[in-house]
Amino acid sequence: MNERFALDFEKPIIELEKKIEEMKIISGSSEIELEDDIARLEKKADKLKKDIYSSLTRWQRAQVARHPDRPYSLDYINRIMTDFVELHGDRAFADDPAIIAGLGKIEDRPVVLVAHQKGRGTKDKLYRNFGMPNPEGYRKANRLMQLAARFGRPIVSLIDTPGAYPGLGAEERGQAEAIAVNLMTMAKLPVPFIAFVIGEGGSGGALAIGIADRIFMFENSIYSVISPEGCASILYRDAAQAPKAAEAMKITAGDLHKLGLVDEVIEEPLGGAHRDPDAAAEAVKMTLIAALDELKNKPLDSLIPERQEKYFRIGQWEQVKT
Amino acid sequence: MAWFQKAKKSLSPKERSQVPDGLWIKCENCGEIIFRRELQKNHSVCQKCRFHFRIGSREYIELLIDEGSFREFNADLKSVDPLKFKDTKRYTERIQKAVKATGINDAIRTGVGLMNGRKIILGVMDFAFFGGSVGSVVGEKITQAAKRAKEGEYPFILVCASGGMRMQEGMFSLMQMAKTSCALADYSEKNLPFITLLTHPTTGGTTASFAMLGDIIVAEPGALIGFAGPRVIKQTIGQDLPPGFQRAEFLLQRGFIDFIEDRSKMKETLSKVLSNLCD
Repeated sequence: MNERFALDFEKPIIELEKKIEEMKIISGSSEIELEDDIARLEKKADKLKKDIYSSLTRWQRAQVARHPDRPYSLDYINRIMTDFVELHGDRAFADDPAIIAGLGKIEDRPVVLVAHQKGRGTKDKLYRNFGMPNPEGYRKANRLMQLAARFGRPIVSLIDTPGAYPGLGAEERGQAEAIAVNLMTMAKLPVPFIAFVIGEGGSGGALAIGIADRIFMFENSIYSVISPEGCASILYRDAAQAPKAAEAMKITAGDLHKLGLVDEVIEEPLGGAHRDPDAAAEAVKMTLIAALDELKNKPLDSLIPERQEKYFRIGQWEQVKT
Repeated sequence: MAWFQKAKKSLSPKERSQVPDGLWIKCENCGEIIFRRELQKNHSVCQKCRFHFRIGSREYIELLIDEGSFREFNADLKSVDPLKFKDTKRYTERIQKAVKATGINDAIRTGVGLMNGRKIILGVMDFAFFGGSVGSVVGEKITQAAKRAKEGEYPFILVCASGGMRMQEGMFSLMQMAKTSCALADYSEKNLPFITLLTHPTTGGTTASFAMLGDIIVAEPGALIGFAGPRVIKQTIGQDLPPGFQRAEFLLQRGFIDFIEDRSKMKETLSKVLSNLCD
């Protein structure tokens, strides 16, 4: 059995699963009857997962959201889309592997897809720039959004990025401009737009493909104005205080749903999406299909104003005497 | 986002925002000793090196708007604390302190006024208030201003000075990028000019939303303009940044702003732009 990466709080689960695995091997190769014991342990493992995962701190959820085994966009695309054709490049500078964009179908429903893509393994991670897009990635996404508008295809975006890349070239080529233009484009797109935060929603780099009619978040995903580490290094002058910053900023799917900032929290397989990517993909697919069907016949003169109205309502303040 | 940096020595917002007291002051850029009244007369611009000292929202309104014609909108909006945010201090305490120090309720003033006789909607961010950071109140005021500009069919000028989105309001802040962009998308359908004026510094989510959405984008000389702050980029790439990186002149050369204008000529130049576009 291959060793899997385990977060600290996952270790009891992994140990128990190992034990079950061993017992299964013994049971398969000998006469000893172990089925009852295995069933008992499996039940115990389920309960353990439930207990641990129902009481995670915000920082622990952030760690699940960034878990190296967590399914990334391509893992979902491969499981839920058919006829997928990836399209590349911003027609101006380069193709950005940190953003995947393309055409495909979800159960016969044609969609345009834009998604952040993180890499697995060192080489792939570098290739995908750890899921941190450059301006050309956002411009590619914009090109696909315009294409979707022209061909009347709804847009699905999968969000999973630590943030837009803060590099020399990114600044030189207008990272801020690329993001800003996308925000303005999405505000008026004449097709349904569904965003699904599958892992990390890293600030403006996430929002740049995230102004949507419906925003879903996986229960162990996060979305924040700045990374907990970034926040901690500014407010506490110490990135190691990230757990505190995560608590203060309220970054989990549950928090944001309670605050009215996302539409729905989607349950993950027990123990997180990485424990059962197939089931996680099924959940994504079902959610997207329901939203696509719901928005399919919405007339444009209510689709766009309702999308905007949703954002116009966001914010809290008081009125004081001046 | 919200990569605004605190000065090494923590100064009170008031001290940071204004030309220091005392009869003489030293130019931060060239070291020239300047008579304070002289500096104020010159819109806080060093006459030797053209360094633009940071000025407050009130001063910028006086600079652009015909005397006595400014009527402020939504001055009564004040931040609340939706997340019950606390780091070393409570967010509510920090707001209280900023309000006291600056005399404004949040990091932007918006309103209507005349610029060389032409009615415009104007928003001016104030870096002295919480680093010009954008939370619910700033987002709402910009949104309201854009709506009024659209309804009245007025040009809309927005003077930016901001470290980005305000961490203490978490995702409420980030979503102000979306909210203001929606309002500006509506405004742009009217074929009315939206002009952004970027002053030192304009970074983070502010740049990545309304600041970069101007039909015309103008900057003050030497202003730092970017997405990520210089310190973050330096950390990421592990090397020093080239001289002049992310300054207004660099952005002009890279094609991201329309022109750079000296503060003393700003009102005249913006008036020319509007007359060329709208009359």
